[in-house]
Amino acid sequence: MALSHLFSSSRSSTLLKPLTTSYLLRRPISTDSTPLTIETSVPFTSHQCEAPSRAVDTSPKELLTFFRDMALMRRMEIAADSLYKAKLVRGFCHLYDGQEAVAIGMEAAITKKDAIITAYRDHCAFLGRGGNLLQIFSELMGRIDGCSRGKGGSMHFYKKDANFYGGHGIVGAQVPLGCGLAFAQKYSKDEAVTFALYGDGAANQGQLFEALNISALWDLPVILVCENNHYGMGTAEWRAAKSPAYYKRGDYVPGLKVDGMDALAVKQACKFAKEHALKNGPIILEMDTYRYHGHSMSDPGSTYRTRDEITGVRQERDPIERIRKLILSHDLATEKELKDIEKEMRKQVDDAIAQAKESPMPDPSELFTNVYVKGYGVESYGADRKEFRGVLP
Amino acid sequence: MGTGLTRFGRRMRWVPSGLTRLGKQFSTSVCDNNPPAKSFNLYTAINQALHIALETDPRAYVFGEDVGFGGVFRCTTGLADRFGKTRVFNTPLCEQGIVGFAIGLAAMGNRAIAEIQFADYIFPAFDQLVNEAAKFRYRSGNQFNCGGLTVRAPYGAVGHGALYHSQSPEAFFCHVPGLKVVIPRSPREAKGLLLSSIRDPNPVVFFEPKWLYRLSVEEVPEHDYMLPLSEAQVIREGSDITLVGWGAQLSIMEQACIDAEKEGISCELIDLKTLIPWDKETVEASVRKTGRLLISHEAPVTGGFGAEIAASIVERCFLRLEAPVARVCGLDTPFPLVFEPLYMPTKNKVLDSIKSTVNY
Repeated sequence: MALSHLFSSSRSSTLLKPLTTSYLLRRPISTDSTPLTIETSVPFTSHQCEAPSRAVDTSPKELLTFFRDMALMRRMEIAADSLYKAKLVRGFCHLYDGQEAVAIGMEAAITKKDAIITAYRDHCAFLGRGGNLLQIFSELMGRIDGCSRGKGGSMHFYKKDANFYGGHGIVGAQVPLGCGLAFAQKYSKDEAVTFALYGDGAANQGQLFEALNISALWDLPVILVCENNHYGMGTAEWRAAKSPAYYKRGDYVPGLKVDGMDALAVKQACKFAKEHALKNGPIILEMDTYRYHGHSMSDPGSTYRTRDEITGVRQERDPIERIRKLILSHDLATEKELKDIEKEMRKQVDDAIAQAKESPMPDPSELFTNVYVKGYGVESYGADRKEFRGVLP
Repeated sequence: MGTGLTRFGRRMRWVPSGLTRLGKQFSTSVCDNNPPAKSFNLYTAINQALHIALETDPRAYVFGEDVGFGGVFRCTTGLADRFGKTRVFNTPLCEQGIVGFAIGLAAMGNRAIAEIQFADYIFPAFDQLVNEAAKFRYRSGNQFNCGGLTVRAPYGAVGHGALYHSQSPEAFFCHVPGLKVVIPRSPREAKGLLLSSIRDPNPVVFFEPKWLYRLSVEEVPEHDYMLPLSEAQVIREGSDITLVGWGAQLSIMEQACIDAEKEGISCELIDLKTLIPWDKETVEASVRKTGRLLISHEAPVTGGFGAEIAASIVERCFLRLEAPVARVCGLDTPFPLVFEPLYMPTKNKVLDSIKSTVNY
């Protein structure tokens, strides 16, 4: 059942052909912002709203940026996998490879004034918000150059200057927080929105519906983005949800189902959702996507789904391959140029890892910082309460 | 101790020898003098207990996130195949829903054995446990209860679990009259205590030390047996100081006892097993003998269950105490990522504290 669903949207190759016939000349890589219109892989399906157009405005520059950024994310996650297996990464680690188009497409439609909040699968959202590789790998390895100064680890990336509210550990718990962010945005009239991301597993948590009701009641500019990768940990969506049509789960809240493997469709949907949310309040975007890795590093990801299923998605729906084909069919770059980009990304990742390994561990006194704000004077004790006794800074 | 969770997590393909035969071998008959016992690790012992619980009570059910294919720690391996998907099933990821559902199931006279995948995830279900499960009998004037409810949850550190996969939340539940809180220290204990918890006519929160799931191996009788709740056990006799702990921490404390003995300090070690209602008498008797008490747990020291034990024993043994009650516990910080070794109540911390208490 899950399988047939996953492959039901077969991609016709005609969609990859140029829509704008005037487009003939090779442009130099990544600087050309000539408008270009490309149709999304599949139509949007809507609930309580009118779906946006399938024709997405883009440019050669944007497509190449998509390709580069997604290649970087993919490489980064694979490197994180190796670091984890080498025991350089401790704590839990959840990888995003396969879902890159969601992070990329979303960023392309919004600004850094808009807020993003997500769960623990947060590496790529952080990168998308402008985080750098050194911060990522340092945080993964618990070093001070990490984005949370080594104190959070894989599940807890944050970037305040880009309104990335991070990295939360409990399934679904970040969604009510996101609605609170949106309330603050509306209250201060800053014409910005919040994208609250969660998975298909979290979609069954009660707190989601509580938050949705409040948001709809007060028309909060929040977009609930359900990244439906079809498995909540090891349980297929249809085993866990009476209605796996997550975009309809808001009932009175409009929703849109989006091909989450198509960065352009994601971009179009997020642009539409932002406008909708600012005018009318919350909306749900269901991103139909897929994670290649298991739920976490302790899940090989093959006990509850077949290898064929994973291979099938890689071959037919991979978000990077889709952009690669678009670039090649529009003659925006050669295959070799794209390969060179991938090599360059690989090098960036390797360099960042080498640099992160040089970053020191945080000082042991950091164990006691940030528990309370400075000055509360809470004491912490060592074993016998005499020899080791410190006031929490 | 410990390469930890990578080993736990890797889904095992092998089935422990004997497991396939378990179903046939189990019997509910009372043990004879030499019951067959084989070496099993802790998760296998839990698995045996669940097999027995389902086999001996047709109204028993096991459910939780991913339990259908064995659960992330393999505790429920083989149950769905043997007892069917109507009695062993996966739930959606919604802890509040799982526990609420379990309370309802138990209220109709069934044995609901619910699993919360990590004790860290139990908090969405906190209201259901505290306000619904614990008070059901009291507020209905004994018309209703959910005594058949047992919530299993792996707790504690594993070496690298970081903030949300390492916590020890037992003290929160010890503050709730109406619930029982049980924590086993080893495979044999786990099997007997789990069966008792499942069959106890009160709602029980059963925390399993996930560090020991594979690490702790001992002979476990293969038959159906129960170990009494609310009975502590002196697992090492001594005369200079009493140490009280539970779960995985006991093995740390035991090492400290062995090291202390080399320095001429005789330690008595008590496994509390049931945290509420707890066995004050055993602890009191021991402290009356030794005159000193040390309590150790992984949870942060402030407001931990050690505080309750310390206060109760001071009340009962004030004049007998020769030193302040020592607590060697987790620090008052969130469970850290890279600082886990600093945070933990390690053997050396326990040993230091034993010495300073004895030399007070």
